[in-house]
Amino acid sequence: MNPSPAASAKCEFSFTVNGEAKNVLAHPMERLLDVLRNNLGLTGAKEGCGEGECGSCSVLLDDMLVNSCLIPIAQANGTNVVTIEGMSAHSLMKPLQESFLECGGAQCGICTPGMILAATHLLDKKLDPTLADIREGLAGNLCRCTGYMQIFEAVAKAARRRVTQ
Amino acid sequence: MPRKEGWDKVSGAARYVDDMVLPGMLHGATVRSTIGRGKIKQIHFGPGVDWNEYVVVSAKDIPGKNCIALILDDQPCLASEFVNHPEEPILLLAHPDRPKLRKAVEAVSIEYDPLPALHTIEESERQSTIIWGSDNTFKTFLVEKGDVDAVWKEAAHIVEGEYLTGAQEQLYIENNGVIAAFDPKSGVTVWGSLQCPYYVHKALMTLFALPEEKVRVVQMETGGAFGGKEEYPSMIAGHAALLAMKSGRPVKIVYDRMEDMAATTKRHPSRTRHRTAVSKDGRILGGEIEFTIDGGAYATLSSVVLSRGTIHAGGPYYWPNVRIRTKAVATNAPPHGAFRGFGAPQSLFAMERHMDRIAQVAGISPVEVRRRNFLKSGQTTTTEQTIKENIDLDRLLKRALELSDYVAKKKRFADENKAGTHRKGIGIAAFLHGAGFTGSGERYLNSLVGAEADADGTVRVLVSSAEFGQGTNTVLCQIAAEALGLPYENVSIAQPDTTVVPNSGPTVASRTAMIVGKLVQSAARGIKETLTKTGLLHDDYSPEQFRAGCKEYIATHGALKSYARYEAPPDVFWDDEKYRGEAYAAFAWAVYVAEVTVNLATYSVTVDDFVALQEVGRVLHPVLAEGQITGGVAQAIGFALYENVVWQDGRMMNNQMTNYIMPASMDLPPIRVFFVENGNVHGAHGAKGIGELPMDGPAPAIVNAVEDATGVRFCSIPLLPEDLFEALRPEFNEQVVFPLARGTS
Repeated sequence: MNPSPAASAKCEFSFTVNGEAKNVLAHPMERLLDVLRNNLGLTGAKEGCGEGECGSCSVLLDDMLVNSCLIPIAQANGTNVVTIEGMSAHSLMKPLQESFLECGGAQCGICTPGMILAATHLLDKKLDPTLADIREGLAGNLCRCTGYMQIFEAVAKAARRRVTQ
Repeated sequence: MPRKEGWDKVSGAARYVDDMVLPGMLHGATVRSTIGRGKIKQIHFGPGVDWNEYVVVSAKDIPGKNCIALILDDQPCLASEFVNHPEEPILLLAHPDRPKLRKAVEAVSIEYDPLPALHTIEESERQSTIIWGSDNTFKTFLVEKGDVDAVWKEAAHIVEGEYLTGAQEQLYIENNGVIAAFDPKSGVTVWGSLQCPYYVHKALMTLFALPEEKVRVVQMETGGAFGGKEEYPSMIAGHAALLAMKSGRPVKIVYDRMEDMAATTKRHPSRTRHRTAVSKDGRILGGEIEFTIDGGAYATLSSVVLSRGTIHAGGPYYWPNVRIRTKAVATNAPPHGAFRGFGAPQSLFAMERHMDRIAQVAGISPVEVRRRNFLKSGQTTTTEQTIKENIDLDRLLKRALELSDYVAKKKRFADENKAGTHRKGIGIAAFLHGAGFTGSGERYLNSLVGAEADADGTVRVLVSSAEFGQGTNTVLCQIAAEALGLPYENVSIAQPDTTVVPNSGPTVASRTAMIVGKLVQSAARGIKETLTKTGLLHDDYSPEQFRAGCKEYIATHGALKSYARYEAPPDVFWDDEKYRGEAYAAFAWAVYVAEVTVNLATYSVTVDDFVALQEVGRVLHPVLAEGQITGGVAQAIGFALYENVVWQDGRMMNNQMTNYIMPASMDLPPIRVFFVENGNVHGAHGAKGIGELPMDGPAPAIVNAVEDATGVRFCSIPLLPEDLFEALRPEFNEQVVFPLARGTS
């Protein structure tokens, strides 16, 4: 269950989500995850554990990869948030999505949006990541279906595609 | 061939139940028992909450029978008089504002007269108090082959051992969740994260006393299941539907992680005892196997889990004489349930650890002991099923040894282990996994599958088999496309909805590709035959000619549908009473090799390399098949080394991802997957089941490797650094270590 919001009244917060300015009325301690999903209808970020272990709720906040279940909306005020829904224009998105499909990187799919965001974040920093880089870059995202091998393969393949393009 | 629902998943558009909102929807929450066993005296609704805002449901509100209908109807939907385990549901609350529910749940206090509770297999067996039936026993099986009592005197060695496995949480990343709506005229509708739409359908008919047409169950995209969404969805669906009926509004219940881990099912803890008569040269002459599982407080699926554990207990070996006695006992823990492998990982862990023990006693190698005892074509299993397939386990083993460089590594590790702070070891496990339901199960299920053609020449597969990551949608469409000679893109699959799809049985037991796949093939061929017989289609047709045929047929007859029902192969014989006969239509066979390092400073074990070699009939879709194996191996590495459920009085104490540790990307070795193909007459295009197999072998292979590294005979999993510390620290010099059973109170 979501943490009870503080007894304080709702406040207005402004931030940019997927390139659009948004104002929301929320309790300051409300989780960014809930604001994205419930107030803004962006359901690509998922709740897996609610305590920052699984990474299914990953979003980019001012270009940092964060668990949106651990960010109170007050902390997101004035920031630039990007969710999986806002990634379609990113140059890495298509190669990653295609590689995930080809290599079997998505099974049940619940970790996939977070996994792809983490992979994008990694490939933005590293042009040609080693397997160790990939393992480390995805260490905050749990997958119970694949055993990760096909995800590593998909990320490596997307990186190679970018290099050859 | 891309996954059918793949694009939605990689773009974040796939719709899981928590992504769905209905107008006027309330959120539901569950008030659960805080004790293991007792009589409910009184329920207090505390101050500080405006109870008028809440919808409250108790057992009194149930219109039908207060049970979760499954096999035995012993589990209540809501406890009314007695509670039998911690976290047992007692009351349900609903409110429009989800955060307000937590405070309300906490404000309900329940007074109990506590009763004595049982928390281990041994406590249950002692029967100092009876908590279920007349003897705390849900089910027993006895398998007898040959004359075991006569073999002991011939034995050169009698080898005994006791092996324990712990509970394991499925830990699908999407928690259990449903939305329910109720309408007095049309009845109950449930959308949920689930594996078996018709299990939920049956349970809701019983709970609401409604006819089948007034219950509708729809499977949403499901974020992992692994057995954990086989029986529990019936419970949570019942709860949401009761709240929906009472409130007149749709109700969503989605558990958070802590509630899901504490309250829902886990893998059955087990204890296996072996006593084996072995010849001088290491051949099994016969033996007794006792296999016992802890079922928790209610019967649920324990009898079926026990059955599979029983049949797999002898491993892939030839037993001329054997007696297998097994039982599922009751304890006051939340019911244990389905989890990938379904009893087989437990009894096979024991068998494969015990084989290494037999090798030591007989003075031969782990490789040689397996080679000398492997089942061969024409021999019979413990249930006297004749192996009709052409199998060559010796060759499978040889290939696994090559792929893992076993022989050279074993020698090298033995030399290197003489010094330093790390010990390396390598271990093997050979095993089998039966595909489909046990014995007569498929005959009882009597599955029905449909295919429907559209006037545009596309075909839709109609099955209740659920996609939850394993690739059901893709593989079944692929089978239908092949049967019809159509491009894969021209075939789709219906969302499982009990008003649209027939009952093709539950999505369990590695049965989907083999059993349901075969029926999809027949149903698809039925469409082709209908068109051929009516002269609308000729041999060697193009998709365009198929489209023209469909269009014309539908214009004349209204619809083009074909159904196929399961027919047992004529040569399958099974005796439920004596537990004898053809247990499964087909077995998959495998040899796995694990290489480990034991760190003597931290007492941790890391798996450095893992070879998974299997024979699963024809591999229908190499990428999906490999994904099943790597995923299963990863879960089984967790089962062996990381995943420890800490119990206190029947309650899971570490019900968080922070302290129940599953493997992350840094924790796993390269998992190298190899297939040997061998046709199987039963399945679609020669496929056998694949999903559960990889759960069976890794744990014994790893613990065998740890023994190879350390010389210590560990017999219990999860094998944690604490256990290694106890066994390896200098003042402990015993070679045989049985770590204390976890979970004792």
